[in-house]
Amino acid sequence: MAKKAHVTPMLDELENGPWPSFISGIKRLRDEHQDDRINGMANSLLGQLEHSYETRKGYWKGGTVSVYGYGSGIIPRFSEVAHAFEESKEFHTLRVQPPAGNYYTTDMLRQLGDSWEKYGSGLVTFHGQTGNIMFIGTSTENTQHFFNEINEYGFDLGGAGPCVRTGMSCVGAARCEQSCVDEMKVHRTLLNNFTDDVHRPALPYKFKFKVSGCGNDCMNSIERSDFAIIGTWRDDMKVDQEAFKEYVGKKGRQHTIDNIITRCPTNALSLNDDDSLSVDNRNCVRCMHCLNVVPKALSPGDDKGVTILMGGKRTLKIGDLMGTVIVPFMKLDNEEDYEALTELAEEVIDYWAENGLEHERCGEMVERIGLVNFLEGIGVEVDPNMIAETRTSSYVRMDDWDIEAKKWFDRKAEQKQAS
Amino acid sequence: MMQGQRTPIESGCPDGFQYMHPTMRKNYGNWAYHEDPRPGVLKHTAHGGEAIYTVRAGTQRILDVFTLRKLCDIGDEFAEGYVRFTIRSNIEYMVADGSKVEPLIAALEKEGFVVGGTKNSVAMISHTQGWLHCDIPGTDASGVVKSMMDELIDEFKGWNMPNRVHITTSCCQINCGGQGDIAINIQHTKPPKINHDLVANICERPSVVARCPVAAIRPALVNGKPSLEVDEKKCICCGACYPPCTPMQINDPEHTKLAIWVGGNHSNARGKPTFQKLVAAGIPNNAPRWPEATAIVKKILQTYKENARDWERLSDWIERIGWPQFFELTELPFTKFHVDNWRGARNSLNASTHIRF
Repeated sequence: MAKKAHVTPMLDELENGPWPSFISGIKRLRDEHQDDRINGMANSLLGQLEHSYETRKGYWKGGTVSVYGYGSGIIPRFSEVAHAFEESKEFHTLRVQPPAGNYYTTDMLRQLGDSWEKYGSGLVTFHGQTGNIMFIGTSTENTQHFFNEINEYGFDLGGAGPCVRTGMSCVGAARCEQSCVDEMKVHRTLLNNFTDDVHRPALPYKFKFKVSGCGNDCMNSIERSDFAIIGTWRDDMKVDQEAFKEYVGKKGRQHTIDNIITRCPTNALSLNDDDSLSVDNRNCVRCMHCLNVVPKALSPGDDKGVTILMGGKRTLKIGDLMGTVIVPFMKLDNEEDYEALTELAEEVIDYWAENGLEHERCGEMVERIGLVNFLEGIGVEVDPNMIAETRTSSYVRMDDWDIEAKKWFDRKAEQKQAS
Repeated sequence: MMQGQRTPIESGCPDGFQYMHPTMRKNYGNWAYHEDPRPGVLKHTAHGGEAIYTVRAGTQRILDVFTLRKLCDIGDEFAEGYVRFTIRSNIEYMVADGSKVEPLIAALEKEGFVVGGTKNSVAMISHTQGWLHCDIPGTDASGVVKSMMDELIDEFKGWNMPNRVHITTSCCQINCGGQGDIAINIQHTKPPKINHDLVANICERPSVVARCPVAAIRPALVNGKPSLEVDEKKCICCGACYPPCTPMQINDPEHTKLAIWVGGNHSNARGKPTFQKLVAAGIPNNAPRWPEATAIVKKILQTYKENARDWERLSDWIERIGWPQFFELTELPFTKFHVDNWRGARNSLNASTHIRF
């Protein structure tokens, strides 16, 4: 390499120890890559990072960088100490949407790596916390070139700023026996319906979709998304009694009682004298614990669908919020079902776009206006599955009690007739 | 349209099927059960009897193209050319041929990658951007994760914990790292230092005022220039004003500290999902190895490992033994700062005679 390498005594300490070192990786780009541009960028980056370690401060600032036609998907970074670390003075990240489920062939990874090497720093992460491939570090000019190249072979930018963000879905039906929904299809149906809202930020704040195939919620969707779609079932769970007895035989009754029976949150399980299992399915809440312990014997039922929760988010600004159940159960069997899901998402985003304050997440709006107003806004009826308990305060006007009670009975009668 | 500009193809999220292992494609939605042959390896069996083996490995996450190609080479030589990445950025290789598992593990370990992270292990620490790329970080992310994983590597490779442990880090109080069984997050302890010369040029003042969760910021004229002032008695030092207005410098080499939170859990298994709760603070932001934070994390892990029952997540364990015993066992101080005073805080107080003696 042409220039002298920055001295990095603090970062060098991160090359010690058994876990793979990102510093060693950046140094390889500095010392061994055949492209001077990449050598220089890596050297500058290491220099600036060492400066951060020494002074305990960050030195990147944001700005406005975009590709032609979009307003989102790039995280612009300009160095505040560019005079000392010139070759990484522009160090933008491109957020690129991964294939749903994060699958790649090694061929595709190589192709992405080759494109990135041509235009970027050679540093990449699979994936960032929002679910994007993070191509870390390129100049303003090369941002467009890199995007043009990967866009030609099927990759598109993700969201950044006040827009619909890149979605996430678990491995699900592709490799997991607990999957209760076609996670990839939900993910792609929703995200690709809102492509315009991903690329052109025009919402009050960010809006995230996440899809988990069961209540284990491996995508952390209840807390980390505005619109969580989680697979579940409403008929009886399946018990392979022979496999269960075999498990009890192998592990013992005390183990079975301590780790399965008494861990059921609704006391819905009972170990019979012959080591078979009784399940009170009416009171099973599909928590997944017993299925996790004995996947060979216990499985989800056949009448599968999804539960939808809305309004999860982290601290800023009013404190952490979990999502709230808005749709206790919804079938996703045919195209009409998927259309209904998309329409619901459109309804929610439209209502929030119109009623949310600037920088207010959907969940914060629900907190501000109350769940009932939100439900009326999106055209969903109240349901006791939406609450943990009924109100404890009597400070409320109930003039229309009789009308509301009648609605409930009418709805019940309708449901009875339909079934 | 400008001359020479290319119109983007708005293809959105690509179809995963085209990159999926053929055995997974074939058995999509038709898996019967899974087994755990050894740490870092999963075996899934479909209803028809076909099986797929997964080998999971931890990496440095910030991958240089050389490392990326090395991972691909291993995939071509020892696996079947199909990979995926987990939510915690581990790489997974899928093979239909079980005899490929051991050579694949050997190849990964030879190149320094770490096979593990399944079942009741300490999973890969979830990771934010930090000083490497964020515009508002109070600390680094990759360095903290590297330092801690060096110390926790045996827990990643083994099945020694009562249940899985998810550790997260966040470089500011926005907490991109999310909820974790153990979370190591920035906690600022002093109000922002304002560069009044820059506020008027850089900041949209009303939106900065609106951003403050405790209404401690108001417009002011300072040295004849429009700027902002902070009521320092009201200020909770959260740093929310800093992203929209960088002259409100919140990061401080001395007073930006780390705090540790426990019991965050996203799963619905057994109990409902839970938020993480504060257990330790005032921890120095001590680059490059953050030994003080790591020591507390290890102490909590050790205590959990020795005391929790099988399948108890950290939150389940604390719920069973109670907070007084948690502080006793971990030897961490309990202070007035552990008592919540944010909205709805009284719900977090003990309104019963349920006390353990």
